[in-house]
Amino acid sequence: MNWDEIFAAATPELYLAFAGLVAVVLGAVLRERFATVSIKAGALILLGASALSLFNIEGGVAFNGLWETDRFTNLAKAVCYFCAGVALLIAEPYLVKERLIRYEYALLVIFASLGMGITLSANDLMTLYLGIETLSLSSYVLAAFNRDSQRSSEAGLKYFVLGALASGLILYGASLVYGFSGSTNYDAIAQAEFGIGLVFGLVLLITGLAFKVSAAPLHVWTPDVYEGAPTPVVAFFASAPKLASMVVFATILFEAFGNAIDQWQDVILIIAGASMLIGAFGALRQTNLKRLFAYSSIGNMGYALIALAAGEEIGGPALLVYMVIYALSQLGIFGVLLSMRRRGGMVEDISELSGLSSTMPWLAVCMTALVFSVAGIPPLGGFFGKLVVFQAGVEAGLWPIVIIGVIASVVSLGYYLRIIMIMWGGDKLAPFENMSGTVGITVSAATILAFPVFTVVIGWMMSLAGGSFSLG
Amino acid sequence: MGDFALLSFMIFAPALGALLLLWVRKVTASNATSVEEESRVAFLVGLFVSSATFVLSIIALAYFQPGVEGFQLVEDHSWFGGTLNEAGEVVGGIRYKMGVDGMSILLVLLTTFLTPLCFLASWGSVKHRVTEYVAAFLFLETLMLGVFCSLDLMLFYVFFEAGLIPMFIIIGIWGGAERVYASFKFFLYTLLGSLFMLLAVIAMYLQAGTSDIVELQTVIPQIFSVEDGKFGVQHLLWLAFFASFAVKLPMWPVHTWLPDAHVQAPTAGSVILAGVLLKMGGYGFLRFSLPMFPEASVYFQPMVFAMSVIAIVYASLVAFRQTDMKKLIAYSSVAHMGFVTLGIFSFTEIGIQGAIFQMISHGVISGALFLIVGVIYDRMHTREIKFYGGLVTKMPVYAAIFMLFTMANVGLPGTSGFVGEILTMAGSFQASTWAATGAALGVIFSAVYMLTLYRQTVFGVMTNEKLEGIKDINRTEAIVFAPLIIATIVLGVFPAIIFDITELSVAPIMAAVSGLIG
Repeated sequence: MNWDEIFAAATPELYLAFAGLVAVVLGAVLRERFATVSIKAGALILLGASALSLFNIEGGVAFNGLWETDRFTNLAKAVCYFCAGVALLIAEPYLVKERLIRYEYALLVIFASLGMGITLSANDLMTLYLGIETLSLSSYVLAAFNRDSQRSSEAGLKYFVLGALASGLILYGASLVYGFSGSTNYDAIAQAEFGIGLVFGLVLLITGLAFKVSAAPLHVWTPDVYEGAPTPVVAFFASAPKLASMVVFATILFEAFGNAIDQWQDVILIIAGASMLIGAFGALRQTNLKRLFAYSSIGNMGYALIALAAGEEIGGPALLVYMVIYALSQLGIFGVLLSMRRRGGMVEDISELSGLSSTMPWLAVCMTALVFSVAGIPPLGGFFGKLVVFQAGVEAGLWPIVIIGVIASVVSLGYYLRIIMIMWGGDKLAPFENMSGTVGITVSAATILAFPVFTVVIGWMMSLAGGSFSLG
Repeated sequence: MGDFALLSFMIFAPALGALLLLWVRKVTASNATSVEEESRVAFLVGLFVSSATFVLSIIALAYFQPGVEGFQLVEDHSWFGGTLNEAGEVVGGIRYKMGVDGMSILLVLLTTFLTPLCFLASWGSVKHRVTEYVAAFLFLETLMLGVFCSLDLMLFYVFFEAGLIPMFIIIGIWGGAERVYASFKFFLYTLLGSLFMLLAVIAMYLQAGTSDIVELQTVIPQIFSVEDGKFGVQHLLWLAFFASFAVKLPMWPVHTWLPDAHVQAPTAGSVILAGVLLKMGGYGFLRFSLPMFPEASVYFQPMVFAMSVIAIVYASLVAFRQTDMKKLIAYSSVAHMGFVTLGIFSFTEIGIQGAIFQMISHGVISGALFLIVGVIYDRMHTREIKFYGGLVTKMPVYAAIFMLFTMANVGLPGTSGFVGEILTMAGSFQASTWAATGAALGVIFSAVYMLTLYRQTVFGVMTNEKLEGIKDINRTEAIVFAPLIIATIVLGVFPAIIFDITELSVAPIMAAVSGLIG
């Protein structure tokens, strides 16, 4: 084994796995005493992993080609770990108040993040599957973390059954690809002659991955899981794993099947169009904010898929920029949702935001900025995300999907504006309980990122994502 | 001028003022000041900031040289995209580029002129959440100024669409009973149009490698050149821009959001909406559609003419049947904007000059008319025409001001309304006799509905006893109307002050299209 190679390519994951295992031992020995420390320790570990990915941004190849990292994946990893760390930090007040504080929570987030790191680094279908399962199994448990709540258990079970099916499809697709190309390595698959067998494998892989990113028509689990799972868990689901899965989706299609773009482009376009429309129309009638943002996320995945369909050179940087802006603003939005707590528990209905601008002006300003950002209205960050995505679509000549995107954008404004209007124009309700420091800081930071930071550094981000994209 | 970024400073001064205001509120909130005190401070800050912005725009006008071609007071920094040249500078890409020519500096002045008046006019009438109200208007002012000063297409788009947010909030919070419906309609209508423009902007940027407006004006007609008058990409791009500007202007048949928005918006919101936001559509036609897509503009001239004439005649007829004063003036705006499009698409110098003049003049007159409605609405809380009558006996000064602006809206010689209408009609007469005839019909109709409105509200016997106690305009209102009256008359008597400034900015537009019309 060449340790230099391994350290160059996989330091963050080795560190994360090691730290996670140490935490398991600590948890097993200290038990309840470790519970309160575990969240902060876990967040620290994840932020450390994020920094390590940035230090090691050039990456490398390890484990005989099973593992390959470059600037693109390392950048994605850094953002994923960062989001996971922040999602963990903002979970603490919730867990304490709901008496759910157990050290397993931090462990599950760490191992889920490890899974993301593995999938992002995968250069082989086997590595990919290992990563996906590590991520998914941790996620199922997280969704059902509030085990005394029927809703939470139901969400976990639903997620598990459907997720297992998707994993099965990925596995089956991978086996078909192996059978017809003779290898599980991305580079070798890219060299193989493209035949009908590979098409079957490819379609099954796409189906499974579309489930993981919650793209239509495999989106049905999303609203239920978002609604049922504890809010901090959803904050985590909505940011880091979404980003990771989408980037993995892109890497596998670009690197293993880059030559066969004519085979998968149409499939992706149909998925993208359906996601955008279902996301836009589905959310119109939702009154539960978590369900509403579940549909919003389905729609947003549709936009990201436009960039994916545009192909590696045109769409790659756009995809990463879009997803980074998206993931960070999701943290802010779920920070707001986490601070929606009145005497007697969390509230999730859209009407509970009524008159927020009078009772908690800063929170309302943040939420307004974040919602407009997700809606893609300038001058907020989300607009620039959508801009680069549409630009990629236009450059690749995918006019129909871009026009569907435009129409879906306008329709989706219907519910985004409703949130704004309720906050600013609704009758005053009692203010929420004071939010804790970390949640407040996260919300504010996400808002400042959405505006004006992204507005100013968009060029830098584009060049970073563009320059980091190695042609496989 | 050196390196001092006068335009940027002017554009962002209101936004900085708004942030200052929010900070002041945070400080004073802890001292438990009363609501009245808070609103007074808010209006004072708003008035101060917007007046300072007006002064800055006057300074910009002072530095502006009407005799120099092209854009002036230019600031140019790279934003994103583009490539490095040998000297290590970024060329192309999307830039932060600001500058003004004769047409835009006038619209800038119109914006900075109307905003302080808005604060004065809402001083007594807006009573709840005044800090947010003032802040929203200040943000809106920044975005409007940004629209008129941007010399980069993408930057223009950012300002253009961002302006929806504060206007949406203004209508949605401080509007009338149906405000939520009106604000949604306003937002969604305008957004759909703008997004198609965004796609066209992206396509142009990808082809040209730059979104610099000055460069695009020369490059785009070459890239998307039209062969033998065939329908091509240029026409599609033109349609995409048209979708956005026609909604914004608004043109018939996509004008239906305007009456709703106007009726529901607070008075100052209506003033800004009619005075400035509608002008963005006309500005867009002149800045983008004509110079960048000259062949397509000529190709679609009959369609635009037809839509303009229908707008003029139809909106005038509809205005005649209105029972709500604001709705009447809103439809009158649609009709008057028809003159603007008629003038622009006449492709004659006189028509385009007239269109720019009409935009400025309509900004002042329609703003004044909405304020006039606002005055009696503040007193009686209704805009029903039937409710009023015989106001002249109790409000003589008000009646006189109302008379002046009624006449200006009708287009009486000596007021600015006359100059705009006569020039746009003269221009369109050269292009199409039929269109000019239709427009002339509209002038007659406008006299009919405006004079009917005036007769029913101001003249006659006061039958409604609720009106017995109505008071004439107070000093604040007089201060608001004084500059508007001066502007209307000065522009009506000395229109050349506008033409001297716009002359050289019309020339390149004419150069782009004049070769194409036989």
